Amino acid sequence: MLILSRKKDESVVIDDNIEIKIIAIEEGKVKLGISAPKNIEIHRKEIYLEIQAENKNAAIGNLDLKGLGKLFKK
Amino acid sequence: MIINTKQFGEMEIDEDKIITFEEGMLGFEDIKKYTVILNQDKDVPFNWLQAIDDSDLAFVITNPFLFKEDYEFDISDKVINELGIKKEEDVIIFSIAVVPKNLKKITINLRGPLIINIKNKKGKQIVLDQEKYKLKYYIFEETVKTNIG
Repeated sequence: MLILSRKKDESVVIDDNIEIKIIAIEEGKVKLGISAPKNIEIHRKEIYLEIQAENKNAAIGNLDLKGLGKLFKK
Repeated sequence: MIINTKQFGEMEIDEDKIITFEEGMLGFEDIKKYTVILNQDKDVPFNWLQAIDDSDLAFVITNPFLFKEDYEFDISDKVINELGIKKEEDVIIFSIAVVPKNLKKITINLRGPLIINIKNKKGKQIVLDQEKYKLKYYIFEETVKTNIG
C-alpha cells in the first residue's frame, strides 16, 4: 500500500481523473472530498463488508414454506 | 439441463433461464450463474435464487416493493451499461432475505438489491450507500407499523 502524508486542502490525484482532497481534519476524523468520473463507484468500505456478511447470513437459511404460508394466509 | 438444488434436490431447468452475475454476489464472487426457482405457493411471495454450480448455495429472494412501497433508488449509468439495460420494463429488482428459525423475524436487505436485466439475463448486486435503506428490514414488524401509522 502506498502511504502519503497530506495536510488540509492538499490532495492526491489518481490516474489523471480522480482527485481526493483533504477537506477537514477534526476529532479523529478526516473529511475527504472526492472528484471522479460518473462511472467510478465510491462507497464506504463498511457498507460492502456489511452486505457481504448479510449475504453469508442469507446463504445459510432454509425457507420453511409451510410456516411462512401460515404467516401470510390469515 | 438438470441441476442440484438446495431446496428440491435435482431439478430440470431451462438453460435460457440462467442469470449471469459477472461479479458474483458480494462475499460469493466466484459463483456467477444462478437461476430463479419459483415457489409454487402463490400466497407466499418468496422465491429462490439457486446457484447453478453449487447446489448448497441458494438465496431466498423477494420483491422488495411488496414490503416497502416507497423503495426507490437510481441505477447508475455504469450499471445500466454493464447490464446492457435498454428499457426500464426489462429490469427486475429482488432483495435477498435472511430467514431465521423464527419466521416473524425475517429480514430483507434493502441496501444490496439485485438488479436483473430480463432481456439478456445479466444481473448485479448493487450497493446503496443510503442510511434510509436498512440492511435488515424486518418485513413483518415494519409492515405492521406502516399499517398502524
